[in-house]
Amino acid sequence: MPDLGKYTVEVSMAYGVSLILIFLLVGVSILQARRARRALLEIEERRKSDG
Amino acid sequence: MSLWEYANPKKFMQTSGWLLPIFAVSSAVMLTVGLVWGFFFTADDYRQGSTVKIIFLHVPAALMAINAWFMMLVTSLIWLIRRHHVSALAAKAAAPIGMVMTLIALVTGAVWGQPMWGTWWAWDPRLTSFLILFLFYLGYIAMWASVENPDTAADLTSVLCLVGSVFAVLSRYAVNFWNQGLHQGATFSVDRETNIHSSYYLPAYLCMAGFVALFIALVLLRTRTEIRKRRLQALLVRERLA
Amino acid sequence: MIALFLRDLRQATRAGGGFGLGVAFFLIVVVLVPFGVGPESEILATIAPGILWVGALLSCLLSLDRLLALDYEDGSLDLLATAPIPLEAVVVIKALAHWVVTSVPLVIVAPMLGVLLNLPGGAYGWVVITLLVGTPALSIIGAFGAALTVGLKRGGLLLSLLVLPLYVPTLIFGAEAARRGADGLDGTTPLLMLAGITLASLALLPFAAAWVIRINLR
Repeated sequence: MPDLGKYTVEVSMAYGVSLILIFLLVGVSILQARRARRALLEIEERRKSDG
Repeated sequence: MSLWEYANPKKFMQTSGWLLPIFAVSSAVMLTVGLVWGFFFTADDYRQGSTVKIIFLHVPAALMAINAWFMMLVTSLIWLIRRHHVSALAAKAAAPIGMVMTLIALVTGAVWGQPMWGTWWAWDPRLTSFLILFLFYLGYIAMWASVENPDTAADLTSVLCLVGSVFAVLSRYAVNFWNQGLHQGATFSVDRETNIHSSYYLPAYLCMAGFVALFIALVLLRTRTEIRKRRLQALLVRERLA
Repeated sequence: MIALFLRDLRQATRAGGGFGLGVAFFLIVVVLVPFGVGPESEILATIAPGILWVGALLSCLLSLDRLLALDYEDGSLDLLATAPIPLEAVVVIKALAHWVVTSVPLVIVAPMLGVLLNLPGGAYGWVVITLLVGTPALSIIGAFGAALTVGLKRGGLLLSLLVLPLYVPTLIFGAEAARRGADGLDGTTPLLMLAGITLASLALLPFAAAWVIRINLR
């Protein structure tokens, strides 16, 4: 941890909030992507097996 | 070989499939290096103290907040003129990213403003403009969410994006007129004396590049998701009919 | 076109058309403000132009969802879209009718409500003029918003969310001119900007609104 002087709270809060927001965005995007891919695979398999 | 080949969803899926990891990894690397460098290994500013380190998040986020809207404007126009579905879906995919970037810029700006200007929030032109931009993102996303027919939704949001862009620029000037601000001038212009010290340049540029790569990776990922969802819908409809 | 205009006026003024609702809402907003900020007459005098502008804007917003929804439900919008007069003109007429029904009464009562807020003497003229110049822009921007949400079942909330950011420049210049007038300064510059916004909106937005209506009717 570097010495942030009297602004420790502010600087770490800015980094904390931003990183949380970015990770949330990335996480939600990945989750949605996975769900869509799985659902699509499932239905394509079913259509294949149905002929 | 032309750009329009990527308007074909299949071609887009193929290409984005191998582009996505490249951008994802490069953005992760650049952001890690840039932010760690910025956070741990830059000197404090003599006036702003350690708060100057917020710049490594604030400026790239603000940059991407505006560029995301600009990208939505371009892809909306492409949809309206050439009717490529991938383009409309890319605009849809970019909106939440732009909104989060706007939020980051606002939050880091508020946190930075607290020690520097003595207040979390001031009705400074740039802050106010970003708040308005945030409202535009909200409206745009809400519009997408509330129209059922995907083509109608794409059309309506595209026109909204067009009109919204004009009004966003107008608001920018109106807000400038309304209140002269506290905000500092450009920090990264090429020839100004107000530029920050060069030791901040490298990590800052690295962070900007990292944010750009992150944005591209997320847009690709989310567009792929939208394409898959669209295909899923089509298959479900076909199944119900069969 | 005149017939359409008269028809819209008649529809708005007959029972259940919501005529007068906007004015009543405006009155209530203005009455509520002193309860919120306290009865000190100096504070009220300072914020009076802004309150009148925000109140007028909200009252205008309130009636927007009626602008096209009724015609959409009973199918007359489809007829208008295929009528010999261009849809762009229909939008202008409808916005004009909305303005006459909603905003003109607001402009008339604004000075009276100004008394309640202890509006400085020199500001009455400015408030009336800015509202008169600015409210047509509110109506036509609102018509665009109404066109965007016309096909939706519960579009009212979305309509507000879409339209309010678009109202920002109008509000800024309108309230700024009124405030400068109240402070005894010259408000000509913001007034001219306001007029510019109104004229530009009138010139361009009908095309966007008509475009969006066609999409929604598809």
